[in-house]
Amino acid sequence: MKDTEDKITLFYKIPGNDFTRAGEASSNVKSKLKMMGVRPDIVRKVAIAMYEGEINMVIHASGGTIEVIISPEEIEMILKDQGPGIEDIELAMTAGYSTAPDNIRNLGFGAGMGLPNMKKYTDEMSVESQVGIGTTVTMKVKII
Amino acid sequence: MRVQDLIDAGNFKVLNQGEGLNREITGPYCCDLLSLAMGNMPAGSAWVTVMGNVNTLAVASLADAACIILAQGSTLDENALEKAKEQKITVLQTQMPIFDAALTVYRYLHA
Ligand SMILES: Nc1ncnc2c1ncn2[C@@H]1O[C@H](COP(=O)(O)OP(=O)(O)O)[C@@H](O)[C@H]1O
Ligand SMILES: [Mg+2]
Repeated sequence: MKDTEDKITLFYKIPGNDFTRAGEASSNVKSKLKMMGVRPDIVRKVAIAMYEGEINMVIHASGGTIEVIISPEEIEMILKDQGPGIEDIELAMTAGYSTAPDNIRNLGFGAGMGLPNMKKYTDEMSVESQVGIGTTVTMKVKII
Repeated sequence: MRVQDLIDAGNFKVLNQGEGLNREITGPYCCDLLSLAMGNMPAGSAWVTVMGNVNTLAVASLADAACIILAQGSTLDENALEKAKEQKITVLQTQMPIFDAALTVYRYLHA
């Protein structure tokens, strides 16, 4: 944890393909925000959006990193991976679109609602991706 | 109806007793696809599902469910039980199918 005057930055390394640990970073952020006294509806939005992003990194990109920057105005999440990248971002954002294999579906994932959920629960979201290089998803949830 | 009231009603077996037993249940919610549940489950739901893996617990916690009800005799695997204890999530179980389990909760709420 790194503190400046009015910002707190949290940093997480997300291991790839470990479904038993997937969600730990999001849970950790959730409890930290709760402890800081952030409004429950804001905490819920951040938790849902970050979890979907975290799971995507685990399933589709063999892990990555997540930086969470908490300021009095907003909570920003930056998710970076060096996975296969997304060829058609617009298509990937479509509700129901998924390339998840059957073993992932058997776990209850792969409904193709992750990226749409991330958009729904955040105030700003951008996806930058290059095939063969990786993906960066940036999301912001406003506090005021 | 609080989570504790639902336990006391005796229709469901308690697999793990978590915290938040005084929480009001806002309604039953049924879904097995985790991302759909994540995106649509109202906070405070009694979430009825047949998925009993660690990811179910993560979703319940992050989407702020009041409790999980595993229907149709589904159970928690070992990892999931550990996670439920660690995250203090109340998990109940029933042999009833999903609809009947949800209807039971609904009837209590609207009794
Ligand atoms: N970090 C990522 N790296 C590579 N591909 C991704 C990543 N995130 C999402 N995708 C692609 O976008 C699709 C849609 O993602 P999402 O809406 O979360 O659905 P799901 O994860 O259920 O497949 C995925 O199936 C995958 O093809
Ligand atoms: Mg996804």
